[in-house]
Amino acid sequence: MNVLEIRDLSVDYLSGGGAVHAVADVSLDLRRGEILGLAGESGSGKSTLANAVARLLRPPAAITSGSVVYRRQDGSSEDVLALGRKELRAFRWKELAVVFQSAMNALNPVSTVGAQIDDVLRIHRPGMSRNDRAERAAELLQRVGISADRRRAYPHELSGGMRQRAAIAIALALNPEVIIMDEPTTALDVVVQRDILHEIRALREEYGFAVVFITHDLSLLMEISDRIAIMYAGRVVETGGARAIHTSPRHPYTLGLLRSFPRLHGPREQLLGIPGTPPDLRSLPPGCAFHPRCGKAMAECSSELPALDGDVACLLNGGRGLEDAS
Amino acid sequence: MRFLARRLGFYLLTAWAAVTLNFLIPRLMPGDPVELLVARLKGNVDPAAIDAMRRAFGISDAGLWQQYVDYLGNLAHGELGRSITFFPTEVSTVIADSLPWTVGLVGVATLISYLVGTALGVLMAWKRGTWLDGVLPAATFMHAVPYFWVALALVFVFGVTLQWFPVSRAYGLDVMPGFTGEFAGSVLYHAALPAVTIVVASMADRILGMRNVMVTTLGEDYVVMAEAKGLTSRRVMWAYAARNAILPNITSFALSLGFVVGGSVLTEIVFSYPGIGSMLLKGVENEDFPLMQGIFLVISLAVLVANFLADLAYVVLDPRTRQESE
Repeated sequence: MNVLEIRDLSVDYLSGGGAVHAVADVSLDLRRGEILGLAGESGSGKSTLANAVARLLRPPAAITSGSVVYRRQDGSSEDVLALGRKELRAFRWKELAVVFQSAMNALNPVSTVGAQIDDVLRIHRPGMSRNDRAERAAELLQRVGISADRRRAYPHELSGGMRQRAAIAIALALNPEVIIMDEPTTALDVVVQRDILHEIRALREEYGFAVVFITHDLSLLMEISDRIAIMYAGRVVETGGARAIHTSPRHPYTLGLLRSFPRLHGPREQLLGIPGTPPDLRSLPPGCAFHPRCGKAMAECSSELPALDGDVACLLNGGRGLEDAS
Repeated sequence: MRFLARRLGFYLLTAWAAVTLNFLIPRLMPGDPVELLVARLKGNVDPAAIDAMRRAFGISDAGLWQQYVDYLGNLAHGELGRSITFFPTEVSTVIADSLPWTVGLVGVATLISYLVGTALGVLMAWKRGTWLDGVLPAATFMHAVPYFWVALALVFVFGVTLQWFPVSRAYGLDVMPGFTGEFAGSVLYHAALPAVTIVVASMADRILGMRNVMVTTLGEDYVVMAEAKGLTSRRVMWAYAARNAILPNITSFALSLGFVVGGSVLTEIVFSYPGIGSMLLKGVENEDFPLMQGIFLVISLAVLVANFLADLAYVVLDPRTRQESE
């Protein structure tokens, strides 16, 4: 059962030198309660996609086509892109919350952590008393492992990990169905990163929200996600279960990503990486955007754009991508 | 608190330095007020009269150190010597008579200019890309226009041609000074044009300064997150964006408050307003050293007080400065 259905979504950045297609014809489903990993290099469009879904794009970015449908548990659904100002405000945070990349910048520096939970509750739960709100704030902070008396702390008084936990606590304030996490652990050291990942999993078990987890770190996604979508040059090039992607990637780009970091366990493999640099989105190569960097490119790769047919968008082996690439 | 104590100590030290320089500079210069008076009278002065005048002006042949101690003692009693222009009126009386006019006119006008300019800057940043951007070239133009030109233009149009407003003095000759409605009305009526001059000529700086910082702040993650939280636009604009954007503007506001006491010399001259600025001009014209000295002292102390107030405001408005103070 899907909670979010993205269909043929395209986002352009309108610039003087023509439109930049940051996201092109992306279709994705987010199932209720799952963690969907969204991976790709910088500039692959993953953050833009997330912002489009949350309706946070600002000019010059504009959604040029597609739809985003949000489905409630009771069966009713909502076209997110068609929401008016008032409905959008009600939809935000109650149904879909966002945890931003760097909590240092995502928390208002001049207001306490408690106040930043409080103003969400005050807007969305007008009936709640001041005491109830304070209690809820304390409870949320405790739930993410911050002692309740820290709710009077300002962001600069918290460590990086604590700030990120506080940001997660704010996201949980209204028990949303969907939480978009845009590189929530990128700025943290590995140990804290691990703690936060465990926390996210535990909270997911408890509250049952679905997560769109965005990162460029594929090994991290393998650990936390149920399913993974790989983006390249604004398009989803492969989707699949985390295990399937890990053991038998079908797109040469996914294979490249997997081979670009060492494994700690199992047989030694040669580190390959991906030759070349990400393409210029203003002038994408014709056909499959990855073909200039692809070791397995064929003649038709430079003319024919592979569709995401099933799980992979690759022309190899009649559209099925790589055969078992171990 | 230690932060404030340290700042206070710094300002006291600076004030002492200002007072001492104020004492030293005239004494290092050749000539004294009595010599000037004598020269003006072409030397036809009785030596006994010269001696009497020297005593009246407090000029002595005592050692510099003794003079300095006397000077500090006089200062403690508010004695700044006698003005030459308004002989035998004391400088402190001249300043006390003109200061309220300047503080009333320039102070209120600066406050209005700051409040309206800041609000406009916030709005223009918030609504950038709309018709409000059309105000920008006008603001840049006003930013470049000098005070006295605005004053002259206003006098010409509204004072001389249309005769809507009086063009000189602080109140009408036909009203008695006192706490009456008639007098207050006359004061407001006379203050209108000079106040408009100051507001018009200084507001552009406020608009541009606030707008620039605000545009940067609007790109911050915490503003995007506030929007994602479903808060009302008004709350996002003021409590998140403007609240942070105003911090860098506090110093410039405090400085302009300090210079309020110096008066808007050119504005006061154009409108023959009996404020400190006009007094300063008269002092310069008549080589009235005691008066100039007194006015400079008041100005430097006012700037110091304004700076201290800015420090206080920072501590109240920015929790990050409070941490350093612990």
